[in-house]
Amino acid sequence: MNPVNYLYLAALLFTIGATGVLIRRNAIVVFMCIELMLNACNLSLVAFSRMHGNLDGQIIAFFTMVVAAAEVVVGLAIIVSLFRSRHSASVDDASLMKL
Amino acid sequence: MSAQLAAYSTSTGEAFQFWVLGTIAVIGALCTVFMKKAVHSALCLAGTMIILAVFYLANGAYFLGIVQIVVYTGAIMMLFLFVVMLVGVTAADSLKETIKGQRWLALLCGLGFAVLLFAGIGNASLSEFNGLAQANANGNVEGLAALLFTKYVFAFEITGALLITAAVGAMVLTHRERTERAKTQRELAEERVRKGTHLPPLPAPGVYARHNAVDIAGLLPDGTPSELTVSKTLRERGQVRDVSTEAINDLKALEQRAEERLQRTNSGEAAK
Amino acid sequence: MENLIALLIAAPLLGAAVLLCGGRRLDAVGHWIGTLLASLSFVFGAVLFFDLLGKDATDRTLTQHLFSWIPVEGFQADIAFRLDQLSMTFVLLITGVGSLIHLYSVGYMEHDERRRRFFGYLNLFLAAMLLLVLADNYLLLYVGWEGVGLASYLLIGFWQHKPSAATAAKKAFLVNRVGDMGLSIAIMIMFTTFGTFAFGPLLGSEETPGVAGDASEGTLTAIGLMLLLAACGKSAQVPLQSWLGDAMEGPTPVSALIHAATMVTAGVYLIVRSGAIFDAAPDAQLVVTIVGAVTLLFGAIVGCAKDDIKKALAGSTMSQIGYMILAAGLGPIGYAFAIMHLVTHGFFKAGLFLGAGSVMHGMNDEVDMRKYGGLRKYMPITFITFGLGYLAIIGFPGLSGFFSKDKIIEAAFAKGGTEGWILGGCALLGAAITAYYMTRVMLMTFFGEERWRNRETASPAEPNVEPAAEHQGEHAEPHPHESPSSMTIPMIVLAFGSVFAGALFSIGDRFVNWLEPITGFEHGHSPLSAAAVTSSTVAVMVIGVAVAYVQYGRRPVPAVAPRGSLLTRAARRDLLQDDFNHVVLVRGGEHLTRSLVYVDHTLVDGVVNGTAASVGGLSGRLRRLQNGYARSYAVSMFGGAALLVAATLLMRAV
Repeated sequence: MNPVNYLYLAALLFTIGATGVLIRRNAIVVFMCIELMLNACNLSLVAFSRMHGNLDGQIIAFFTMVVAAAEVVVGLAIIVSLFRSRHSASVDDASLMKL
Repeated sequence: MSAQLAAYSTSTGEAFQFWVLGTIAVIGALCTVFMKKAVHSALCLAGTMIILAVFYLANGAYFLGIVQIVVYTGAIMMLFLFVVMLVGVTAADSLKETIKGQRWLALLCGLGFAVLLFAGIGNASLSEFNGLAQANANGNVEGLAALLFTKYVFAFEITGALLITAAVGAMVLTHRERTERAKTQRELAEERVRKGTHLPPLPAPGVYARHNAVDIAGLLPDGTPSELTVSKTLRERGQVRDVSTEAINDLKALEQRAEERLQRTNSGEAAK
Repeated sequence: MENLIALLIAAPLLGAAVLLCGGRRLDAVGHWIGTLLASLSFVFGAVLFFDLLGKDATDRTLTQHLFSWIPVEGFQADIAFRLDQLSMTFVLLITGVGSLIHLYSVGYMEHDERRRRFFGYLNLFLAAMLLLVLADNYLLLYVGWEGVGLASYLLIGFWQHKPSAATAAKKAFLVNRVGDMGLSIAIMIMFTTFGTFAFGPLLGSEETPGVAGDASEGTLTAIGLMLLLAACGKSAQVPLQSWLGDAMEGPTPVSALIHAATMVTAGVYLIVRSGAIFDAAPDAQLVVTIVGAVTLLFGAIVGCAKDDIKKALAGSTMSQIGYMILAAGLGPIGYAFAIMHLVTHGFFKAGLFLGAGSVMHGMNDEVDMRKYGGLRKYMPITFITFGLGYLAIIGFPGLSGFFSKDKIIEAAFAKGGTEGWILGGCALLGAAITAYYMTRVMLMTFFGEERWRNRETASPAEPNVEPAAEHQGEHAEPHPHESPSSMTIPMIVLAFGSVFAGALFSIGDRFVNWLEPITGFEHGHSPLSAAAVTSSTVAVMVIGVAVAYVQYGRRPVPAVAPRGSLLTRAARRDLLQDDFNHVVLVRGGEHLTRSLVYVDHTLVDGVVNGTAASVGGLSGRLRRLQNGYARSYAVSMFGGAALLVAATLLMRAV
């Protein structure tokens, strides 16, 4: 099997995640899609690590996970406070930047 | 699948595993995006993540594979589910697009981006795996640790700081300091009298014995449900169950049965 | 001696300043101050005249450089005066007739409480007019030109309480502005072409020819036509003639001085002074002669139809100036005669106007000749002086008009070719009409029935009694009487001028010889002999008088004007000049401005507002992109990222 297939898979997952971010309104689902994108990146990093024969890729994937964890903590906190004030988890309801 | 083999080459088994699990991963990702209920999305995502963990393991990233399961599937996804429960687990999102052209633009961009990525990967000359046999010689965890605490030590420290900051931030965002004394029962009652709105206690939900659940609105004399009878949280989540028509139909059926029985007794008496 | 030139102007200017700034304290003596200073100016003029006479004919040009006016590098304008034979002639005419009319005004304006102011304006006019004729460059001439325009405006509108007078003043000012614009454009062209507008270098002298002839004929024609436009405005020539008739709203001395004797002849002065330019531009000269011929007929026809004595005389003035302009357009064969006719006309026309003023003075300011009649018994001096002026203007042999007009007609024939015949014919026809309308004025005013008497005693030959006439009959019956001596003396002096000036100038060609160093002179070669021209002139004059006598002397004059022929009615309306101006200029101007406003609104504003609207519309569209939805922004970001990736890939591929 061509190892590049992992990269194709990662690209596919990333694109699905990105599209999901764009078309879903529920902030929690949007967040999940972002996690999906991060995971796709991690997959490609791990594949790269194996291709190049060193562990730097895995290290970066590790950092990504840490950052993702931090992000999830803060992001979910934001969603909770948003829900508390607006009684809604829809990202479209927070369109305060509109004229 | 032996560790050594996975480290430097791909086998037929790995190819089989890739195609089967990869298909499932893609389906899971698609389900994540297109499921109506957030809790289903979360479960699909958890599945995809587990498959990804398997791929990590197949690619010789044993530590990451485990961490993926423990941290992502275990911690992060549970956090997600927790929030989903908080917001309303049964609430289904409408997938109808409200912003004109947004869906088409998103799909177009996604498609274009995918094409670009595929083209880029296809153009790159990445046909060979060097394998991680060398790197994982002393064990994957040891190798990672060696890099983490030497080469990437500053980044590691900074991620630590980041995590602490994130924890503090989450607490700041969700914590609400009570700045004033809570109102007593008496004060609340006085306030209500002063405002003149709804002096008596709110009516109880579920006036019928069969349906005395808290999420079923009580019926008004004309048979319409009254939202007031349901708790505010459920109302906001949109989780009020409407059984008024059901109840009225039940009532009709009951009356009919009672009538039938009465007629039967009447006719029986007449026959006698 | 040169220093007297400035004093010549300074005297009336001082008078104007004193009278206009002096306030009511001078009310009692103001008129005498004005008259004195005008006379003083005349004395200076006379002294200078005898000084010039004592000099050689070629050495009679005096110049006085007073100070540098606009000393800019490359643009040198000086306050400098030039007194030569031409200006001297004008100075004597202006100051002489001016002084007489000052004297006349003392009596005429006796009952006007603003008499001091009137004399201030008259003095201002004298100063401006003297500045005009004495200036040594066109720019200073322009100052005088505008000054007389101002004085004319002030004096026409002197009785500003009458709306007609105020309107007439405005009309005169506006029409004159058109001409002034011509003069200023002419000066500008001169400056850009020659780099100077001083008379000395421009027009040259006997020994050194000026630079005027150096420019291309096109340029010179343009200058000439612009100068002609200026002359038309100031001298009431077609097509800028419309103001003169209305200018008669001013007091009669003003009509006599400004609108008959001096200011309206400034155009003739301008053309004769610029002779060097016109000589080099035959096309412009031709236009000048055409304007002159048309105006002399125009004015004469208008003069025939007017019942208002002053307006009839105004038509006559227009016509006589037409003669002068015609002569001036003929070039060196006509310049001297133009000026000669100007001077004799100054005498007799001023005399006629003063006579008319005297009649009005005695007739309660009535101006309608149909309400005069038989006045010769009541005001004999006026009758005699007016009669002498009448004989002079119709060209009765031996009187001044005869000599000067005869010469002009002869010169017109001498132009040669078809033009000569046409111009000469026009001039001859004009002479006949002149005789006709002047006889008409004379007969209607001084002969016939006394139509001014009240209806009971007046002629019963008029059965159609109109309410208006009835209404006028309610006025007290006028008591015609001779005017005071302050008014009759100037009339007598001017009558002397009317009688003898022509003979004085013509016998021995004195006047032509006097002017020749300035204007040049050529003997025209007329296809008709001088005797033939003279006899035909006299013949047409007799015919004109005879026709008028048959019409107005033999038959009673109706007190209300008959309807008349189409031409008569048109002529009563000044040959539709105001209708023409209204239709062509006012309406045309309105349409032009309206279309310009339309263009401004649609095109200019359209472009500006369209730009604004399109920017507004575009930003409105762009604003819609900013819908506030984070997901929309995310799409843009994602699309942008895709584009960046595409660009990177493309750059690598290239």
